Amino acid sequence: MITRADFDIITSWVPPKSRVLDLGCGDGSLLRYLADSKQVRGYGIENDEPSLIKCIDNRVNVIQTNLESGMKEMADHSFDVVILSQTLQAIKHTEAVVSEMLRVGRGAIVTFPNFGYWKHRLQIGLAGKMPVSDDLPYQWYDTPNVHLFTIHDFEEFCRQRGYRINNRRVLAGDNEATFLPNLTGTLALYKISAG
Amino acid sequence: MFAKPQFAHFDTPLPLASGAVLPAYELAYETYGRLNETRSNAILICHALNASHHVAGTYENEPDNLGWWDNMVGPGKPVDTDRFFVIGVNNLGSCFGSSGPTTINPATGKKWGADFPLVTVEDWVDSHARLLDYLGISTLAAVMGGSLGGMQALAWASRYPNRIKHALVIAAAPNLSAQNIAFNEVARQAIMTDPAFHAGAFAEHNTVPKDGLTVARMIGHITYISDDQMEAKFGRGLREGLKFSFAPEFQIESYLRYQGEKFSGYYDANTYLRVTKALDYFDPARNYGGDLARALGSVTARVLVISFTTDWRFSPARSREIVKALLDGDKDVTYAEIEAPHGHDAFLLDNPQYLSVVRHYLNHIEGAGA
Repeated sequence: MITRADFDIITSWVPPKSRVLDLGCGDGSLLRYLADSKQVRGYGIENDEPSLIKCIDNRVNVIQTNLESGMKEMADHSFDVVILSQTLQAIKHTEAVVSEMLRVGRGAIVTFPNFGYWKHRLQIGLAGKMPVSDDLPYQWYDTPNVHLFTIHDFEEFCRQRGYRINNRRVLAGDNEATFLPNLTGTLALYKISAG
Repeated sequence: MFAKPQFAHFDTPLPLASGAVLPAYELAYETYGRLNETRSNAILICHALNASHHVAGTYENEPDNLGWWDNMVGPGKPVDTDRFFVIGVNNLGSCFGSSGPTTINPATGKKWGADFPLVTVEDWVDSHARLLDYLGISTLAAVMGGSLGGMQALAWASRYPNRIKHALVIAAAPNLSAQNIAFNEVARQAIMTDPAFHAGAFAEHNTVPKDGLTVARMIGHITYISDDQMEAKFGRGLREGLKFSFAPEFQIESYLRYQGEKFSGYYDANTYLRVTKALDYFDPARNYGGDLARALGSVTARVLVISFTTDWRFSPARSREIVKALLDGDKDVTYAEIEAPHGHDAFLLDNPQYLSVVRHYLNHIEGAGA
C-alpha cells in the first residue's frame, strides 16, 4: 500500500518538470500527484487491465506492457528518474531490472518492504512462520513476492554493483524510523544512481 | 437513432500526393449528436478498407442497415453521442458516396472509372480538414479510427497538430510490412487479371470483375482473422463429407467464397485497387530517413494507441513502434494491448476491456459536453 508519507518522500526526490518513468504504476496516482505538484512529465508501465483503466481515469500516460521487458526499447538516459515503488520484491530478475532502470534513467527510486523489520524477525525466529504484516500481507503460498530482502541486503547489493546511494529514508508506518532502521523500519526508500 | 447521409461539395482544387489535382469533389458524411456552442466536442471517425461514412445507427427506410461501428458510437456508448458531435466521412476514391471511380467526372460527364487519381492517407486527411472548414469546426476533440482508419488518425495528428486534441489509433501500423504489401498485391492481381476488368474500364463494357473481387476479398479476409479463431470457428469441418471434387468441401472454403461473393456484389474494383495502394504508400517516416519519432515530431495531440494480441495483420509490435516513436518524442501517449482471440477484426467487435478503455479515455476529454 502506497501511503501519503512515501508519496511525499518520492516527490521530494523528483526534480520539478523532470521526465519520469513509473514501473508498475498501479492506478497512476503517484504520477498524477507528481504531475500536479511538480509538473512532471510522467509515463507509467502497467500490465494489469483494471489498473490501466484507473490510470486513464487519472489522466496519466500509461503503457501496457511487462515491466521486466518494457524498458528494453527505451533509449539510454531517456528519463530523469525511473521509479519502482514496492515492486522489486515481486520481480524475478532483480539485478536485470535495477540495471535497466539505471540505463534508462539518470537516477532511480526504489522502495520496498523491509524484511528485516523486527516483527518479521519474531515471526520467523520465534513462531517459525513466514511473516505476515501490513507491508507483507500475503501468505507464503499466495504471495506475489519472490525475493524478500532487508535494508542491509539492498545496500550490500548496491555496494557490490557500484551503485551510488544518493538518498535513503526508512519509514515505520507513517513515521520516520531513525533508530536501528533495519530493525524498526517497515518500508525503505532509496534514490540511487549508476556509480 | 436514424442517420442521414449528407454531401459537401468542394470547388477548390485538391492537390494530391501523386502530383495530380482533383479540381472539384464531393464528400459524403454523416453526423451524430450535437455540436456544442464552443464547437469543441467534435470527433471525426475515419474508416478502414471497406467501410464508409455510415458509422452508427440505421436509416429511416433501411432498418437493417446498421453503421459499421454502431457498437462503439451512439447514445451512451463508448463514443457517446450524447456528449460528442461525431462525424463519419467517406474517403475520396471510395464507392459509397464521396467522389471516386463510381461517381461522375465533371470534366467528361462520365464515370471516373480507372481515371480517378490514386489517393493517399494524407490526401484523405487534407480533404477531411476541408470538411471541417465547411462544418465550421476549427479543432477536433478527437480523431479516431481502426486499421487504415487508425493510420488516418495518426496522419491527422502529425499533419494538423493545431486542429486535433486527441488521436485514437487502433489496430494500426506505422507502415505496411512486405508481407502486408504482398497480400495486397495478390488481391490486386486477382482483380486486374480478371478478363472482365478491362484495365479498369469495365463499366463501359457493362461488366464487373466479380471473380477477381471475390478472390481479393477472400485473401483479405484471411488476414483479418487469427489462426486460432479460424480453427475454432471452422477447423477442418466439412459441409457434407469428402466429394473428391473442387466444389467447396471444407466449411472455411464455403465461408470465404460466401464472403468474397457478397463483397463483389457491392464493392467497386477500382476502389479496391486504390484503397490497397493508399495502404501500401502510407509511411510517414519515409521522408525522415525512416525515423518515425521525427516524422511524428509535430504531434501535439494526446494519443491513445490500442492493439489486439492476436492481430497478425497489424500486430501489437507494429503499434508498439508507434508508441515508442511518440515516447521518444516526449509526446503524451497511452497504450493498451487488448487480450482478444479474434485477430485484426477485434477492433470492430465487443471486447469489454477494449470498449472500456475507449469509454474511460473519452470520458476525460476536455471541452466535451453537448
